[in-house]
Amino acid sequence: MSLQVVTANRLDDGLVVFLTSDGSWSENINDARTAEGKEAAEALLAEASAPELDIVIVGPYLIDVEQQGSDLVPTKYREVLRTKGPSVREDLGYQAV
Amino acid sequence: MYRYDDFDRQLVHERTEQFREQVKRRLAGDITEEQFRPLRLMNGVYLQLHAYMLRVAVPYGTLRADQLRQLGMIARVYDKGYGHFTTRQNIQYNWPKLDEIPDALLDLAKVEMHAIQTSGNCIRNTTTDQYAGAAADEIEDPRPYCELIRQWSTFHPEFTYLPRKFKIAVTGSPNDRAAVKVHDIGLRMHQNDAGETGFEVIVGGGLGRTPFVGKTIRDFIGKNDLFSYLEAILRVYNRFGRRDNKYKARIKILVHEEGIDKIRELVEEEWSQIKDGSLRVDDAEIAHYIEQFAPPAFETLADDDADFERHKAENRRFANWVRSNVIEHKQPGYAIANVSLKPIGGIPGDATDTQMELVADLSEKYSFGDVRVTHEQNLVLPHVKKADLFALWTALDADNLGTANLGYVTDIISCPGLDYCALATARSIPLSQRISERFSDLDHQHDIGELKIKISGCINACGHHHVGHIGILGLDKRGKEFYQITLGGDASQDASIGKIAGAGFSEAEVVDAIESLVTKYIDIRDGGERFIDTYRRVGMDPFKEVLYGDR
Repeated sequence: MSLQVVTANRLDDGLVVFLTSDGSWSENINDARTAEGKEAAEALLAEASAPELDIVIVGPYLIDVEQQGSDLVPTKYREVLRTKGPSVREDLGYQAV
Repeated sequence: MYRYDDFDRQLVHERTEQFREQVKRRLAGDITEEQFRPLRLMNGVYLQLHAYMLRVAVPYGTLRADQLRQLGMIARVYDKGYGHFTTRQNIQYNWPKLDEIPDALLDLAKVEMHAIQTSGNCIRNTTTDQYAGAAADEIEDPRPYCELIRQWSTFHPEFTYLPRKFKIAVTGSPNDRAAVKVHDIGLRMHQNDAGETGFEVIVGGGLGRTPFVGKTIRDFIGKNDLFSYLEAILRVYNRFGRRDNKYKARIKILVHEEGIDKIRELVEEEWSQIKDGSLRVDDAEIAHYIEQFAPPAFETLADDDADFERHKAENRRFANWVRSNVIEHKQPGYAIANVSLKPIGGIPGDATDTQMELVADLSEKYSFGDVRVTHEQNLVLPHVKKADLFALWTALDADNLGTANLGYVTDIISCPGLDYCALATARSIPLSQRISERFSDLDHQHDIGELKIKISGCINACGHHHVGHIGILGLDKRGKEFYQITLGGDASQDASIGKIAGAGFSEAEVVDAIESLVTKYIDIRDGGERFIDTYRRVGMDPFKEVLYGDR
């Protein structure tokens, strides 16, 4: 069964965020609420697409992740870059902190 | 240089205030993202992989010192201390916050800059030869015509919702440095048999997923008639361009599907009805714009300078920089100095806030406060006394801006790629860095000579890979980056679209593949041949063989 989380960009500063268990949005993918299976994933995306969230985030979508130890790691490199920052500027983005 | 009149100033300020209100309403929830998206795009604000991106227009690639200094300030205050110069002669910021962008736009407006015409399906910012007004080979400075195009096209009510974006490029020199044949419209200045100066009009060129070299729709249009003729082309495109399919909506597809003769017929018919109307620009008005771009107060100098020659003889690194980065100027005793934004292993086109401020200062000291952005992602100080070149280079070199590689294998065009761009399918920048490092030896670069490598991270081809002597296209193959190589592309007056060499290469293989192509070229070239010349003489097969052997 594939594991998925919802990601988006935050409206005011545009930064990458993930939907958490308490319905808030975190910059850390490890805070994300995971969904296993199609039905759970659809429910998660539906929650993230609620009209009232239109003033919090932009463009929510599901991504595939893997549990690696205590970390959630996206399976696609594009999404790995979004959790870190540009590979050519390791001083920038979340990887810099 | 052109200075805003009251109309321009009012236009930009009103637009800035409108956008401030739009952002306020978006953040308050009064408008949805769906409603806001087209509005932000019309103000150069994209949402990219990590954050918003602000693209600022540099009309025809010309900047004053105070403008470049302000771009540096904006990089520091609203971004993370750097900006990225693009293949459209513009600059992009990668990390602005939406709620701060209205202030950034206001700061831009203070120096007569904006983000208009940097996005959306309108006529985009016009591009031209970075050496305009300075080049020894130029017929006439193209910028007065670019400025007239800017005024005609900005917020043109009829052309704000075209089928797709529309890009116009102009060259005033027979040696095309503006890639005019791969634009929606390319204008090439030349003289007709009567000795009048006008333009060849080329239409339907472009890169992206369906690349074409443009076709000549009219061999000569006089200056007075240029704008009504452009209007006629845009009207035909606006009416007949395909709106049913985003990927077939550019004018190149219309020209390809209908044929240039049919398009010419439609344009001529439209033009015959409007050519004597308000878009006919008389000589006096053209003269007014030529005056705006009058040459700076050059001193009368001998073309040689003894100190300059002495510095070249004494300092090999300076001599190398002059060899590649300094270009002949039309005025005796002056030269065009190219500032490479391609340090070995660096990120093509990136400049820090302080580098921008330094170049601004140096332009005031040595180049009449005039700076240019090139579509190859470098900067230019167009009017430098030969006697000042050594001092200029010394100052540039101290801030990592003195790289001597213009036109060489390490002067690579690269789009931002997957490191920044939401559309990308693979990274471009790391590959450009590795190629740059592989060929870092300057003697080797001299031996190779002119070689244009251009890298795009997806089929939209922002990195112009189709017109690279060696083009590289990054794709995603089952979750892994891989790179397709094209050979024989050319963006110059001899424009051609590169041909795909064969199967793509993995990230690990591709730099070796490029090196094997270069080695092969050195083996088989005739005296004086550039890579592209050798390719044109021998064709694809010898290069294919080194890439794939018996594969």
